[in-house]
Amino acid sequence: MSTENVAIVGIGQTHHTATRGDVSIAGLVREAALRALDDAGMTFADIDAVVIGKAPDFFEGLMMPELYLADALGAVGKPMFRVHTAGSVGGSTAIVASDLVAGRIHRRVLTVAFEKQSESEAMWALSTPFPFQPPMHAGAGGYFAPHIRAYIRRSGAPDHIGMLVALKDRRNALKNPYAHLHEPDITFESVQESIMLWDPIRYSETCPSSDGAMAMVMVDEALGDEAAAAGRAPAWIHATAMRSEPTLAAGRDQVSPRAGRECAAALYAQAGITNPFEEIDAAEIYVPFSWFEPMWLENLGFCAEGEGWKLVDAGVTALDGDLPVNASGGVLSTNPIGASGMIRFAEAALQVRGQAGEHQVAGARKALGHAYGGGSQFFAMWIVGADKP
Amino acid sequence: MRDVAIVSFAQFNSPGERQRNEVEMMMPVIAQVRDRIGIDKDRIGFVCSGSSDYLAGVPFSFVTTLDAVGPWPPIAESHVDMDGAWALYEAWVKLQLGHVDTALVYAYGKASPGDIRRTMTRQLDPYTLGPLWPDPHALAGLQARALLESGRIAEADMAAVAARSRNAARSNPHAVVSGDESAEALLAEPTTYDPLRDHDCPPVTDGVAAVVLAAGDAARELCERPAWIRGIDHRVDAHAIGVRDLTTAPSAALAGERAGVTAGPVDVAELHAPWSHQELVVAEALGLRDDVDVNPSGGALCANTIMAAGLIRLGEVAERIWDGRADRGVAHATSGPCLQQNLVAVLEGE
Repeated sequence: MSTENVAIVGIGQTHHTATRGDVSIAGLVREAALRALDDAGMTFADIDAVVIGKAPDFFEGLMMPELYLADALGAVGKPMFRVHTAGSVGGSTAIVASDLVAGRIHRRVLTVAFEKQSESEAMWALSTPFPFQPPMHAGAGGYFAPHIRAYIRRSGAPDHIGMLVALKDRRNALKNPYAHLHEPDITFESVQESIMLWDPIRYSETCPSSDGAMAMVMVDEALGDEAAAAGRAPAWIHATAMRSEPTLAAGRDQVSPRAGRECAAALYAQAGITNPFEEIDAAEIYVPFSWFEPMWLENLGFCAEGEGWKLVDAGVTALDGDLPVNASGGVLSTNPIGASGMIRFAEAALQVRGQAGEHQVAGARKALGHAYGGGSQFFAMWIVGADKP
Repeated sequence: MRDVAIVSFAQFNSPGERQRNEVEMMMPVIAQVRDRIGIDKDRIGFVCSGSSDYLAGVPFSFVTTLDAVGPWPPIAESHVDMDGAWALYEAWVKLQLGHVDTALVYAYGKASPGDIRRTMTRQLDPYTLGPLWPDPHALAGLQARALLESGRIAEADMAAVAARSRNAARSNPHAVVSGDESAEALLAEPTTYDPLRDHDCPPVTDGVAAVVLAAGDAARELCERPAWIRGIDHRVDAHAIGVRDLTTAPSAALAGERAGVTAGPVDVAELHAPWSHQELVVAEALGLRDDVDVNPSGGALCANTIMAAGLIRLGEVAERIWDGRADRGVAHATSGPCLQQNLVAVLEGE
């Protein structure tokens, strides 16, 4: 049974920043949606269905915000769908939206992911006690630091690797006008001297709290062809995959989770990729703490176990390297949590459309978008290409 | 469209589940929905769930409840912060793609630990309506008042819905409320949220529901008489109650039309109408004739597990198709204040 080829013909995002006090939640999502529609040469009237995603409702203090956002996103009289799969949600939301086109349910779907973190303090929203679970009173960094220490111990990676990743991503962000953090004066020394938050994660190696939204318009093959004929080259979806595993299970490897490895394997099989390092031209990987770049490079099969840090050390993941990772500046530079996954997915699409501006990877034809969530047990990924699958 | 059917269903509802947490409450139901058709967890191709962090009182509450399905080795899985009926919709879409043949859908909610009347106000426009903390009974009361003033219904019609539902619930072991009162007796009771009386309002309910979907031959193999989903659609209306005609549910009408409700005779309809007058609004929106057996389970007036009550409607219709009591049925789910968002499915036997 064949599925419909899905084309991304519109991408729009807000300028991400610590506090968007000038707009309401509706205003924020609408800004991204209108930019994506404009990019697609469409209006809300052209859209058949809207799929939105965000991280926990507690972050804004608004339960099931899709209900309130129906008007702002032009969804009245249409299907309005809300996805929530932890930190991977931006990615899963894009996948759920693409399925509506792939399954020939709808021809034109608008998808939006957002977070307005300034409405609350995510650190504390992430620190409520769960009965019978280890408390996470130090936010996500406190949760993930032990995983990173385990990675360093296993791989023998030298201390400076995390700082190199942070420096690279923050410098990439200088080429991305939408990125939250623009730190022109950043140096290796300034990263090294920044305060240690959760050993080995320094302040400059951790993601910011951002307000922001990302939106995409997805259409079927005929409409994708029309956009291409009109000189607006779409990004074509080659493969999508999602995997989940338990939070706590005996023998679970939290450093290189099996769900991540299997998600990547399923993704590559679907996209016909046998050597991801050779065949993928650019990767947008969910790296909220610097050390996750080498960890995910291994988990995603770009290199053998224990070798990820060597790619970082050799500059392979830099904008001009063989496998540019997070040319946009990544989650380390921009983190509206619920949107962060979709930003990865959409930045991958921008790369293969050749529309990434100053942070464009030269000649990118095939790109990976990756998102993870929870305690590294939820994964969403896609491969997009300049050519049809 | 690929033929997809509901092949198994299980539910649990309680007026207050104090002894067990969500996972403990879910595990027997997940086991039951699999055992009923003898399906192993590893044969499930996709899992999708619906729940709300605002009921559990913790962010990412669905993360821990995933343990109830035993997601090891890793599974293809997704979650919506919507009633489980929409999780079923996502799974139905996934089955349309043809990569997998079966899906497990579940939804749960525990309303009893908190004050659900205050919790639900957090669902409203956070700038203009939420700060007023209008509770869901008050909003439903405004809707009922608008209906009464329009002359389309009388208070006796609402009492008739409540009486019929409570009597029907007497034969439903999953109902948390039931009664044998006449409509006249109910009408004699005092109003609580004028014009609503207690029996016009849903009971606080904790619970869980689970469904297995299967496509084509897999459905026929797992179920003697699958409940085929012949049409399914969902739509949303504007949020602000001030801009809507509360006496109608345009999104329910549109979803019903697109699902094909009136394309054939309807034997049974399970309508997700937590307040008595809402059943009348939805039945009219869907164009149901007077001879349709509406809410033989007792409906949401007798067990209203928030986040699962819509999915339960789909399961209740499927049950009646499996055992031949119905050939064609309609299931409806709603979300948001005053029937803002609606999903409609048409199920048929072969």
